[in-house]
Amino acid sequence: MTDRDLARKSIEYRRDTVRAIMHAGAGHTGGSLSCVDILNVLYNRVLRITPQNWAAPVRDRYVQSKGHSVEALYVVLADKGFFPKASLDTLCRYRSPFIGHPTRKVPGIEMNTGGLGHGLPICVGMALAANRDGHDVRVVTLLGDGELAEGSNWEAAMAAAHHRLGNLTAIVDHNSLQISGPTRHVCSNEPLDAKFAAFGWEVRRVDGHDLAALERVLTQSGPTGVPVCVIADTVKGRGVSFMENVLKWHHGVPSADEFARAEAEFERQLAAWEAGA
Amino acid sequence: MSAPAPSMFSPGAHAAAERLGLTMGRANLEAFADTLLELARSDRRIMAVTSDSRGSGKLGPFGQALPEQIVEVGIAEQNLVGIAAGLAAVGKKPFATSPACFLAARALEQVKNDICYSDVPAVLVGISAGVSYGALGSTHHSLHDFAALRAIHNITIVAPADNAETRAAVRAAAVATKPVYLRFGKAAMFDLPAGEATPFIFGRARRLREGRDAAILATGETVIHALLAAEHLAEQGLACRVESLHTIKPLDTDAVLAAGRDCGAVLTVEEHSVHGGLGEACGAVLLQAGVHVPFAIAGFPDVDTVTGSQSDIFQHYGITMEGLADRIHALLPQRHP
Repeated sequence: MTDRDLARKSIEYRRDTVRAIMHAGAGHTGGSLSCVDILNVLYNRVLRITPQNWAAPVRDRYVQSKGHSVEALYVVLADKGFFPKASLDTLCRYRSPFIGHPTRKVPGIEMNTGGLGHGLPICVGMALAANRDGHDVRVVTLLGDGELAEGSNWEAAMAAAHHRLGNLTAIVDHNSLQISGPTRHVCSNEPLDAKFAAFGWEVRRVDGHDLAALERVLTQSGPTGVPVCVIADTVKGRGVSFMENVLKWHHGVPSADEFARAEAEFERQLAAWEAGA
Repeated sequence: MSAPAPSMFSPGAHAAAERLGLTMGRANLEAFADTLLELARSDRRIMAVTSDSRGSGKLGPFGQALPEQIVEVGIAEQNLVGIAAGLAAVGKKPFATSPACFLAARALEQVKNDICYSDVPAVLVGISAGVSYGALGSTHHSLHDFAALRAIHNITIVAPADNAETRAAVRAAAVATKPVYLRFGKAAMFDLPAGEATPFIFGRARRLREGRDAAILATGETVIHALLAAEHLAEQGLACRVESLHTIKPLDTDAVLAAGRDCGAVLTVEEHSVHGGLGEACGAVLLQAGVHVPFAIAGFPDVDTVTGSQSDIFQHYGITMEGLADRIHALLPQRHP
């Protein structure tokens, strides 16, 4: 896939995410849109996770700790062929496995998440297992910046450095907004980069919507045995102008009019892409 | 040198044990640690995960012998359980070992979400359970773990009664494909009568004594007191059935119903709050099956638990041969010789 095709994926993923949420009448719109580019790069450029190797005991692992942004993950997994895209029409319907948080009932989902502060400890366990067995396996988790108030993250951060888990990457979807307001105002975790560095991690800061930069920080090698924290500065609601940085879109569902406006924006973005802009 | 812990057993209880031919074994904790090491030598998937609990879990020799199969996470029980979940999810067989008081409280959300809901075959080992840390106060008591875990779907809850049950439970847990919680204390346990006829299987009670005047359904390290109480009552002409209900969930409902139907009274015994543990589980089974029998729960009342040695506390709440015999008498019609 060319870089240009990768860019188109992000637009399609955003469009399909908003469509799925609109159809379900529920979902975490803002946080899904903020992490689309990260997921795009992970699944199309970084992680060796496919429907074909899914059953293999030794392969890369991805645990989405900010589980509420599952809609974006579903869209990416459908695109990767884990299940038909039409499955998302059942999102949040009675007895559908496609619920509002990741579960292993859905092909391609590694662990059940939803409670915050769970993904990083789980990934420490997965990375430790690979290290002890000498397997070349990458383990990646995606955290929300608001989620970092959960103390379990810092227990895991300490353990990851102690156990020299150079195969572990924690990406912070740093959209700076949580349900009550700006993370800095709710309970600031800044300076976040200094915190992770103090816990013994290599910290890489990146524009979380720059696909090439994301790929660079997620594939560059680092010092041996040092876990990597990628702080991806993102915009909550990215890609839909009236959703960007607006609190109500944390779990807002568009009205018919808003949905039409969002669709029009995606059409314009795709047209611009076609025009080679 | 600290003073030796007071005996859990009165002179009368020792005499009853002698009549039964029982000999004193080791702490179940030690039987656990030895068995785990033995299994782990040939099963590289097995990993001991500790939260600064290597010493209290008697896992020092394990760490010496198999350093690649032990993981220390520090005093961080949430992380302990999350890491165990991650290990289990990728094919390891972790035994996450921590005092039961922390494992089933501080890490409860990790147990619920990461282990049970995600359905990974991790083993949680609650050590120094109940009031093993009697003098340390309620922070270190675990009288809630059965109740907390019973309400969570997808976990087998096991409290072995003696060294043999412990060894069997660890072996069964090592090959289980679902989450398991094992719970034991740190005091030396009498070896119970060998149950050749009643093998140790999760979810299957082990009948240790026959009788129909009353049934005592006990779990974990209270089983010995139930057995001694039955022996004590035999001297008074009462024949009591004793079952080791080592598995709290799934409960052996057949054994519970048989006790209610066959026997004149049912007494349950546990080192746990009377709320939400074995007793209430058995009571619900009996009532919902329409089995009406004199019934009582021996456990820890819903009060600010007294402190002292484990023995002091057991005596305070009547979890002793004499105390349990009194409870049986209270359930049965008064006899006038």
